[in-house]
Amino acid sequence: MKLGNYDMDKRLAGYAAIIVIGLAAPWLFPGYKAQMTELWLFIVFALAWDHTGGQMGYNSFGNVVFMGVGMYVCALTQVGLFYSIADYTAARGGGTIFIFDVPDFLLGLALGLPAAAIAAAVVAAVLGSAVLGMRGQYFAICTLGLGIAAGEIAAGWEWIGAGSGMTTPNPPDGLGDINRFLYFLSAALAVATFLTLRWIYTTRLALAINAVRDDEDKAEAMGLPTTRIKVMAWTVSAIFLGMAGGLYGNLKKFIDPVDIAFSGATVGVWMVLMAILGGKGTLWGPVIGAVIFQITKEFFWTYLLGWQRVALGLLIVVIVVFFPQGIMGWVRARYPERFGHRVEPAAGAKGEGARP
Amino acid sequence: MNEFFAQLVASLPSNLRILVEAPIFNVQLILDGLLIGAIFALAAYGMALVWGVMKIINIAQGEFVMLGGYVAVIFAQNGIHPLLAVPVSGAVLFLVGWLLYRAVIFRIVEEDLFVSILATFGISILLQQLMNQVFGGDVQIADAGLGTRFLFSGFVTVSDVKLVSFVLALALGGVLVAFLRNSRLGQSIRATAQNARAARVLGIDTGRVYAATYGLNAAICGSAGALVAMAYTIHPYIGLPYTVRSFMIVVVAGLGNLAGVIAAGIGLGAAENMAGFLLGAQYQLAFVFGLLVVVLLWRNWRLKRKRQYLK
Repeated sequence: MKLGNYDMDKRLAGYAAIIVIGLAAPWLFPGYKAQMTELWLFIVFALAWDHTGGQMGYNSFGNVVFMGVGMYVCALTQVGLFYSIADYTAARGGGTIFIFDVPDFLLGLALGLPAAAIAAAVVAAVLGSAVLGMRGQYFAICTLGLGIAAGEIAAGWEWIGAGSGMTTPNPPDGLGDINRFLYFLSAALAVATFLTLRWIYTTRLALAINAVRDDEDKAEAMGLPTTRIKVMAWTVSAIFLGMAGGLYGNLKKFIDPVDIAFSGATVGVWMVLMAILGGKGTLWGPVIGAVIFQITKEFFWTYLLGWQRVALGLLIVVIVVFFPQGIMGWVRARYPERFGHRVEPAAGAKGEGARP
Repeated sequence: MNEFFAQLVASLPSNLRILVEAPIFNVQLILDGLLIGAIFALAAYGMALVWGVMKIINIAQGEFVMLGGYVAVIFAQNGIHPLLAVPVSGAVLFLVGWLLYRAVIFRIVEEDLFVSILATFGISILLQQLMNQVFGGDVQIADAGLGTRFLFSGFVTVSDVKLVSFVLALALGGVLVAFLRNSRLGQSIRATAQNARAARVLGIDTGRVYAATYGLNAAICGSAGALVAMAYTIHPYIGLPYTVRSFMIVVVAGLGNLAGVIAAGIGLGAAENMAGFLLGAQYQLAFVFGLLVVVLLWRNWRLKRKRQYLK
């Protein structure tokens, strides 16, 4: 009991430290606000990917679809509330200037983010009920196709700016530092995502999701409505991805259909990579993975002029091939007692048998 | 009746109307599709080979095509006829495939399919960005300097280089099949595909067979890529569509079904060209990736029906 309390105290202290650092960060590192905002969003991406990829065993390359849908829906809501979207996308920086004052901008975001969440959830529910019947590699490649097809369709759709993309509304001056504003919104979203998933992982739904991962046929035979569970889980991740996408669009200020919104070969893979790097199927894994990945990525971008994308491709291969169990998986194999696994000496010596 | 037909035609969208009013355009589109379809089939056959033998879905398939294309581009830029690049890019890519196997792929042969997909996806991104860095993102072509032929009193044009690439693609496929049937290495590849463990017991060095298979696949794709660079265009990001096409063809035709692969490849080429014309060229890739989803859904639906039937 005493030990439990001690652990609890330590845990609370850890959370408090993270919150304090998170709140102080924009003033501690004023030059890196955009990167840190991106980090919070990456945490959301990784957590949401892991919810279906790690916990449910459905490895999707197409979660960018929800991010992109959220991005476009949020931006379209922000603009559409006040101006005609066709005029806005047709002007494309030149000609008419579209002004958003502070209440306009706040109202746009306040309505745009929920709209993004709803749109992404609807897309996930519709796509999911069609696609989630596939297993393993077929699902993975199908979602890869979905992500790219979505990008190509967006790139052909004149109303939302087609291939030349769409700018998000210009933030008004009255709002102060826009990056700080977005930083706190993103941090709040990441914390909300984390807490929601932490709660979900204590419910029966999580057990069902894990059952689908471990043996879907058996889960179905035991009476679990696997299709409904899978669609529900994908929809939950889509809600967070949609909102994060809305903020990501505002952070980037410009939505390119192929390179930013439906970027299957960058963010789409990165979210998988972050979850794997941190440890698939754990709560903290994606968070840790996102932090390490974002720092590495920014490091590459700063010091490997021009070669950063090559290095990133190499990093993907190295992590997937040499470190597939991830940091949490490694820690768990190393210190299984800390994860509540009882270790038989013989099995523990090999470092195996600790995995549940 | 005739009047009704005329009205019907008039009500069609303009693209479709052209096809109905000038049926010769269909010939042009289908012929173009057929010519590129052979290249799709070649890449797909390589993918089926790796998939069947090594149980790896190689997402870097299209990047091998792209690399082969750049070999041809280098040849053309240095004044060597790009047709000579077809065997050379095959040899270069065999080496690339062999090295990739020895460096990375051999570690994932035993792993589950998702790891192989993700790892080869990483390789594909790596190669894309590498070529983008070295050659720039521009569209390139290896000019073969061949003429154009006019059929049906000039309504249908076929460039000779496309015909050559078609014939060469089929010939390469034939050589590959003969190699797999008759050579000692081909036999060990097929034996490993049937049962890797039994092959190992019988003294086949499966590691060598895997390396050869992966290299062979890269070589086929490389030669196909040289043909693509001559008859069409290449750029660093051309790979993924080729991968997806190969995957689709393999899913439709099944592993080890040569006739099916050729038929599906040519069918895909024709369908894609028609769709590109009808929907507009900007939607042609959307069609390819959308078709992938449709094909997989169709496969799933068929499997489900079979399962219910067995019950």
